[in-house]
Amino acid sequence: MNAVDLAPSYDLVVIGGGPAGLAAASLAARAGVTTVLFDENPGVGGQIYRGITSTPVINRSILGEDYWAGEALANEAKASGALIVNGATVWSLDPERIVGVSIAGKARMIEARRVIIATGSQERPFPIPGWTLPGVMTAGAAQTVLKAQGLLPDGRTVMAGTGPLMWLLAAQILRAGGRLEAILDTTPRRNLLRAAPHLPDFMLSPYFAKGLALLREVKAKVPVRRVASVAAAGDGKLSEVVSDRGRMPADLLLLHQGVVPNVNLALAAGATHEWNERQLCFQPVLDQDFSSSVPGIAVAGDGAGIAGGTAAAERGRLAAIAAVRALRPEARLPDPQSVRQRLQREEMGRAFLDWLNRPADSFRQPEGETLVCRCEEVTAAQVRATADMGCEGPNQMKAFLRCGMGPCQGRLCGLTVTELIATQRKSTPAAVGYYRLRPPVKPITLAELASLPISEAERKAVER
Amino acid sequence: MFKRLADAGAVVALTVDGKPVQARSCDTVAAALLAAGIDRCRTTPVTGAPRLPYCLMGVCFDCLVTIDGVGSRQACLVPVHEGMTVETQQGRREAGR
Ligand SMILES: Cc1cc2nc3c(=O)[nH]c(=O)nc-3n(C[C@H](O)[C@@H](O)[C@H](O)COP(=O)(O)OP(=O)(O)OC[C@H]3O[C@@H](n4cnc5c(N)ncnc54)[C@H](O)[C@@H]3O)c2cc1C
Ligand code: FES
Repeated sequence: MNAVDLAPSYDLVVIGGGPAGLAAASLAARAGVTTVLFDENPGVGGQIYRGITSTPVINRSILGEDYWAGEALANEAKASGALIVNGATVWSLDPERIVGVSIAGKARMIEARRVIIATGSQERPFPIPGWTLPGVMTAGAAQTVLKAQGLLPDGRTVMAGTGPLMWLLAAQILRAGGRLEAILDTTPRRNLLRAAPHLPDFMLSPYFAKGLALLREVKAKVPVRRVASVAAAGDGKLSEVVSDRGRMPADLLLLHQGVVPNVNLALAAGATHEWNERQLCFQPVLDQDFSSSVPGIAVAGDGAGIAGGTAAAERGRLAAIAAVRALRPEARLPDPQSVRQRLQREEMGRAFLDWLNRPADSFRQPEGETLVCRCEEVTAAQVRATADMGCEGPNQMKAFLRCGMGPCQGRLCGLTVTELIATQRKSTPAAVGYYRLRPPVKPITLAELASLPISEAERKAVER
Repeated sequence: MFKRLADAGAVVALTVDGKPVQARSCDTVAAALLAAGIDRCRTTPVTGAPRLPYCLMGVCFDCLVTIDGVGSRQACLVPVHEGMTVETQQGRREAGR
């Protein structure tokens, strides 16, 4: 698929090919709506099912049955008649639903009558001393190359953090024959107090039995230590992991403290967002069909607030049902009530998981020379001091320190900067707000811009 | 740092900073670099610190390299192809140029 082969407009543009995007595109296409799905990765599946159509990890027990469940979704989407385009990066989306997309170095602006943003989540920033050293990565990064390329951590590997995904990856590494020196569990013990009232719901959710089995599987093989601090040390590359429980030599440190919605595209499109105090992140304000504050633009999946892969697919279906209703009222559709019930069941255990795995303040609000902004190498001390001097928000902080102005566009410092300002100024993240984001949300080259054909659509999009 | 689990996929030949590297057909450029044991993708513009891929999902931009002559591409999102040339980057700031 080439950019030049795209139609100038589609009824529905779905952005992201994880469970939410795949389910949404399949449902809409089967209801007779012309649908295109863009995903910047070489293959579909999203984060949970990364590499589902191409993984070299053929022993199914390694990645587990929850991973392989993605096969059905991918096949369904392929058979649905939706146009699925991989290697397609969406770099802009405006309130008139003009979608800027680049494929193999060529850009196009596509008009959409409806848009479903299904760009999912990313791992929460984990700003500890040394987190930029070669040899320090996210657990999700190691999981991504395990799923898609069959790469297994080699050498002395330590995992640190909290949350179900960390335990899942640990189990997958062990099943694949890998080794972990230790897991440094950063979950604050007192979290249990706030989580406990939600335990009955969690016990009824599908995650309860699975979670316990995972913990047992991992703890039988790997020493697990509760820690209150973690730092990566080394000269030009990781050589040691230092915690309040001691130092250990290491070649690879895998960090994880949960996932947060990937908000860049929805923010750039102008959708209203709000602070979620339980999940400690910003999320779009949505109605029960996942429609955002911008007419015709919905956000489904973990981008709508973290609820997991199975919930993401149900959310995608609900957003698609609403889109089809608006575009083709005569189309036959599945009953949204039954989808809502399945979604509710999936979301039942969330409150317990969120409170239990809520990362400690010290792992979200670093101090001293620890880098907050990896791109522009801005330290926590700088951000705190600038807030003390009167800087009230992230956008002003950008002007003072350049944080958030590097290529990642705040993806790995935004939440940290917001929380640090809130703490220093005795305010709240909700009041402090997030970086103001404008397109392009992904870097686009001059050559790509120059490849845009001049037409009404482009003029509308560019002359604002 | 990483080893290959299954030798599935055909071998694809790349050059990295002029040296031959063997990748597999399912690799992204970042995965191929990690499997080859490279010690940095780029150095930072501010302090010159070395970086390797951190997220492998397109959000951190620590994997920026020059691919087939085009600078600052996200190595974790680009699939390898036979004959690809990859160069690590020194301190370049702007992405996509
Ligand atoms: C690294 C990582 C690994 C995870 N692994 C698991 C797991 O093993 N098991 C589990 O239960 N949960 C996992 N999760 C949690 C995850 O959020 C799942 O719940 C699920 O993948 C969410 O589905 P989704 O459809 O909302 O989004 P995703 O699956 O995240 O899919 C979003 C897709 O959008 C694409 N995209 C993003 N921005 C753009 C853009 N600008 N242009 C074009 N395409 C774009 C991405 O390439 C991606 O394929 C993981 C999360 C992360 C971050
Ligand atoms: S490794 Fe993070 S963007 Fe590529």
